[in-house]
Amino acid sequence: MAEKMILLGNEAIARGAYEAGVKVSAAYPGTPSTEISEAIAKYKEVYAEWSPNEKVAAEVAIGASMAGVRSMCSMKHVGVNVAADPLFTAAYAGVGGGMVVVAADDPGMYSSQNEQDSRMVARSAMIPVLEPSDSSEAKEFMKFAFDLSEKYDTPVMVRSTTRLSHSQGIVELEERTEKEPFPYERNTEKYVMMPANAIKRHLVVEQRMKNLAADADTLPLNRAEYRDLSVGFITSGIPYQYVREAMPKASVLKLGMVHPLPRKLIEEFAAKVERLYIFEELEPVIEEQVKSWGILKAVGKELFTVQGEYSANMIRQRVPECGKRGQPEVSGETARGRQGDSTALLAPAKVPARPPILCPGCPHRSVYSVLNRLKLHAAGDIGCYTLGAVPPLSVVDTTICMGSSISTLHGMEKARGKEYIRNWVAVIGDSTFMHTGINSLMNMVYNQSCGTVVILDNSTTGMTGHQDHAATGRTLMGEVVPAINITKLCRSLGIEHVYEISAFDLEGLEEAFRRETHRDAVSVIITKAPCVLLKGVSFPDKCVPISEKCKKCGACLRPGCPALTKNEDGTVSIDETMCNGCGLCMKLCRFDAIEVQPR
Amino acid sequence: MGVKNIMIVGVGGQGTLLTSRILGNLAIHAGFDVKLSEVHGMAQRGGSVVTFVRYGEEVAEPIVEEGCADVLIAFERLEALRYLHFLKKDGVVIVNDWRIDPITVVTGAAQYPENILDTLQASRKTIVVEATEKAKELGAPRAFNVVVLGAAARYMGFAKEDWLHVIEVTVPPKTVEVNKRAFEAGFIKDPVK
Repeated sequence: MAEKMILLGNEAIARGAYEAGVKVSAAYPGTPSTEISEAIAKYKEVYAEWSPNEKVAAEVAIGASMAGVRSMCSMKHVGVNVAADPLFTAAYAGVGGGMVVVAADDPGMYSSQNEQDSRMVARSAMIPVLEPSDSSEAKEFMKFAFDLSEKYDTPVMVRSTTRLSHSQGIVELEERTEKEPFPYERNTEKYVMMPANAIKRHLVVEQRMKNLAADADTLPLNRAEYRDLSVGFITSGIPYQYVREAMPKASVLKLGMVHPLPRKLIEEFAAKVERLYIFEELEPVIEEQVKSWGILKAVGKELFTVQGEYSANMIRQRVPECGKRGQPEVSGETARGRQGDSTALLAPAKVPARPPILCPGCPHRSVYSVLNRLKLHAAGDIGCYTLGAVPPLSVVDTTICMGSSISTLHGMEKARGKEYIRNWVAVIGDSTFMHTGINSLMNMVYNQSCGTVVILDNSTTGMTGHQDHAATGRTLMGEVVPAINITKLCRSLGIEHVYEISAFDLEGLEEAFRRETHRDAVSVIITKAPCVLLKGVSFPDKCVPISEKCKKCGACLRPGCPALTKNEDGTVSIDETMCNGCGLCMKLCRFDAIEVQPR
Repeated sequence: MGVKNIMIVGVGGQGTLLTSRILGNLAIHAGFDVKLSEVHGMAQRGGSVVTFVRYGEEVAEPIVEEGCADVLIAFERLEALRYLHFLKKDGVVIVNDWRIDPITVVTGAAQYPENILDTLQASRKTIVVEATEKAKELGAPRAFNVVVLGAAARYMGFAKEDWLHVIEVTVPPKTVEVNKRAFEAGFIKDPVK
């Protein structure tokens, strides 16, 4: 019997690629896609890397495919934007070895700055899209995607969502099939996308999508499940599970390929069912096409939102047939466990929110406490340090996308002049700086900006769970390599004023921020201290309040360390299990009422 | 049996992922279909986190919906209250008697609710565990989550030997012994208040 394992959706995606014989995998970490690369790096037969950004990752995969092997790149939905340039044209060029792009969307924005739908991008890039609905399918669809890629000479997108990527389910493991690399043949008409060639390739792409659409009707991944014909759902991905849960007797057209759509199959299904619902998270991608074919009885976004995640309860509450027909029929249903009736619901309790915060001992908190005291504004970026936007730190004023802090500050300076940004800095993490921040810094130098860039160097990609990058000295596969020196890199751009300061040196930081924000030049302050959660970082000390000395001024509480609690009498308690002994609260106390002691 | 719906809730960093992994492996070990759903990324940074575990003959969706949970395992009082409405009428909440102030309370923007345990007891069957204290007694304060799991074990219908076996194969090798003792501390002593 094949070995069965419980795997994260992302681990199953990696497993599928491995079994399909993938040789090269490239990615930049991004929730909810990160674990795909971490899982694939464990297979010795596969070369896997962290690239500096998604554009590079996509190009690495394209190159590997041109060299005749199966390749993949994986990214979160906003990473698809970064990779869009190579991907759009890779669709024209087609592939050598099969190439799969995994895009992980984030409905509900658990860890993202927007909620865009990668299916829309794939449609405009003219790349076919497969969408699995559990871990087991995630593995199978990856294998299918590689075959499809080679059969139709196109990159293929496998689209996941947070709920698929971060759910675990049972997967049957199979052996890896090794693939001989395709022999290389020089083919400039296919691989050199200059106008004369690209004009011809565009026709190839159009014809390919037509062929795929025609074949989609008989594709095994697209499956009509006819049950009660009075209600039918067209759905795909995780929402399929919600349909099965809420209305197990309803007919379902489960689409495994969501672009291009199987028109005949859909028309046939629509004709057979009485009421037709289209149940897709985010944008009405399926719905708009179906309605454009004149299937106007389809109901989609009239009932279901374009925001957030769906659920079985959404169907129970909004689909009229669910109460009448769906539920009573269910009582005899044993094969599929459905969740109990929701009639005895308690109302949600009114409780204080618990938003994410910087960890106890986080070096960002220390840097932000200084920026806050100096009343400096920060153009922010993507990472844990985006949390500096919320009280009590309230330092970060802007955040758009990876690498944007530096260019945003530059734009402000060009708009309003250097005096306007005297009380501003840009803050960016080390990994984000290597991703796209470096381009923006070049621009500040080239276009003669003045402004202070603070690189919060915690020696890792923190938010996504500690991935290495070009400046950490270690690769995804665990090799020790020369680390790119960020200080020297900045100096090499011609920036004279580049300073490294410990993130916990409050006086040094204050002095540097005051000095550099008044300089008529670009300057870079690199604040250094490793992420407290980084493996190997240990904190031998703990902070201990001396309540007799406490004047109850609250200065220690101001940076919002979660290990500190204000007692009813105004003194402070420090939770020993949470404290990492960084000593920030001790430094902020003017009355020596907090001591750092060995654990 | 039908599908059993378990929720594990707490504050990011309290170990909801490890605990759910133990439960997931246990369900597989017992021959069930199982699905888990968890939270990674930004929300994990000290925020409110929830992990769903569903097991039975065949499981469709990976999440537990409001009003459908059989067991709510809470590592912190406020988080127990936050997710209480997910419990079925005859569901049970196992709560660690521990308080962690959210930043909204620290900054004075909100109040930590009074008498949470009374509120829980008034509406659903409630088991209170002094798990953090017990774990400290064991010399492993961070193993409190497995103490809570031990207390919840009685409501999930697996044999104790199976729990201990699965803990052994799931947790990092160095922590096997302490986690087994933590489980026993929650399980045997029957710390019902």
